Amino acid sequence: MGPISSTITRLYGPRGWLALGAFAFVLFVIFPLLSLVVPAGNPLHISAYGVTLIGKIMCYAMVAVAMDLIWGYTGILSLGHGLFFALGGYGMGMYLMRQIGRDGQYKADMPDFMVFLDWKEFPWQWWNSDQFWWALMLVVLVPGLLAFVFGYFAFRSRVKGVYFSIITQALTYAAMLLFFRNNTGFGGNNGFTDFKRILGVSITTDGARIVLFVITGAALIGTLLLGRYIVTSRLGRVLTAIRDAEARVMFCGYNTVQYKLFIWTLSAVLCGIAGALYVPQVGIINPSEMSPANSIEIAIWVAVGGRGTLVGPIIGAGLVNGAKSVFTQLLPEYWLYVLGLLFILTTLFLPQGVVGLLARLKGRPA
Amino acid sequence: MSGTVTHAMSGAGSAEATLGRQSTGELDVTHGVVLYLEDLTVSFDGFRALNRLSLSIDVGELRCVIGPNGAGKTTMMDVITGKTRPEAGRAFFGQTIDLTRLSEAEIAHAGIGRKFQKPTIFEHLTVFENLELAMKADKRVRTTLFARLAAAERDRIAETSRLIRLDAAAARVAGALSHGQKQWLEIGMLLVQEPKLLLLDEPVAGMSDEETERTAELILSLAGRHSVVVVEHDMAFIAKIARRVTVLHEGAVLAEGPLADVQNDPRVIEVYLGR
Repeated sequence: MGPISSTITRLYGPRGWLALGAFAFVLFVIFPLLSLVVPAGNPLHISAYGVTLIGKIMCYAMVAVAMDLIWGYTGILSLGHGLFFALGGYGMGMYLMRQIGRDGQYKADMPDFMVFLDWKEFPWQWWNSDQFWWALMLVVLVPGLLAFVFGYFAFRSRVKGVYFSIITQALTYAAMLLFFRNNTGFGGNNGFTDFKRILGVSITTDGARIVLFVITGAALIGTLLLGRYIVTSRLGRVLTAIRDAEARVMFCGYNTVQYKLFIWTLSAVLCGIAGALYVPQVGIINPSEMSPANSIEIAIWVAVGGRGTLVGPIIGAGLVNGAKSVFTQLLPEYWLYVLGLLFILTTLFLPQGVVGLLARLKGRPA
Repeated sequence: MSGTVTHAMSGAGSAEATLGRQSTGELDVTHGVVLYLEDLTVSFDGFRALNRLSLSIDVGELRCVIGPNGAGKTTMMDVITGKTRPEAGRAFFGQTIDLTRLSEAEIAHAGIGRKFQKPTIFEHLTVFENLELAMKADKRVRTTLFARLAAAERDRIAETSRLIRLDAAAARVAGALSHGQKQWLEIGMLLVQEPKLLLLDEPVAGMSDEETERTAELILSLAGRHSVVVVEHDMAFIAKIARRVTVLHEGAVLAEGPLADVQNDPRVIEVYLGR
């Protein structure tokens, strides 16, 4: 067997690849057809709202996979992953703000909020922000560098368990307060919105929506396969070993700080990419994305779907967010209770999440 | 990397030099001493766990360390493996490697393997995978991500799992093993690491008589090829394997010598029976 074919068989068996192929077919063929070709009156037509909703959930699913790598496999619970998602979103948002050009309310060269604040020139953070390639760099580098520096100090000081979780929670909270300030230069509590174009193309057309949708789908599948490659490698087994008995891993001669730093930074970068795909589809980014509750919700998606399974968190993100969009329309004031209850029930009765339940129903141990 | 000419104990030393950042210099045992502890002192909240402890272990020696609870046996192992830093004193591996300056991972690379009191294995991985991770290899992140098992490595794992009598259980999840099997797996993990010095903290705790017997054979077969330090409470087990015994008491060496001499030492009798 060649190295490529052996890698393919290592990632998934024939049934796994078949399921993934079917998923890709639905995303890349059926969905665009139902949205673009089938006319609006037809019951099979998928509306712009539907496309955006599923696109948004796929971004969340990417975050859930990233969270599973660090929490499910390595045993490090981050309660600040929303921060990396939001930073990726802001990186893309800056570019989208520049693409508005003179079509804003004030018909000015600068974004509306800057005109409103009577700023005459762009602050330093906005350097090069009209360049798409620079936006892509920011999307990867800002969450990546922040995670690397934070992780370096936290892991080197051997901050673990609940202490680590609390610090990540504080980090995202502090960032939220920072971004709420107008002086920070990112539109304060309103954030960025009213986007018009991306790469000169209108962002509100059905065609643009579907292109973003397909790119997001490809990014999600790519994230899943990358995650699968990592967890089936020897490095993946080292991560699981760190989760189970870190001292033994060190006495085996592994520098666990470097391993944790690698997976932590990668996880943050994946969240940044997800955030960058989220913003043009949803059309808004503001500091509430950094609220502690958002980051806790990410952990709930992973727990509901099944930790340490990669596919589980995707299912979890889909189920919880699907339920959320139904509930927030029908009984908005009860959603948080439902979410809390879901988390408690999962922890008590489904320690392996939905995927574990399915495996049990099939008669296999999870 | 030290540029000095050293006489490595075995050919394995040169492989270590290629490990780049993890390199800690080669083990130099020209004077026949593999481990040298001098005046080690460690205290926790005023309690002196080690009180000017001095000890040396020869190349290929099998040494048993005994002593009542709180005598400092585990703390001594913690200092040797880099988990605890001493307040005073020196700890050298061979002539040149200063253990008090290295991290746990660097000490493991230098060639010291440790078995914990409570068996510590990777419960969610299989027996085979446990041995795979422990095996001597380049353990940096990137090489580990793209690592593939060579046929020789597979053979080495198979050979070790036969030695620890877990060849039939190679595909089983380690968490499902019996207590004694877990102890053996941990010893097997140390062996594939190819250490020059093995530290075994209570290797037969919780084992059946037959398992204990088998472990004694295993440890005796290691002596000579490796230097081994065994910390144990079980005197019957000590009697089976002991050549030279060190008795620790209140963080310092109380007596040292052949088992029979030590057992008849009035100070040792007082410490063990006097209260």
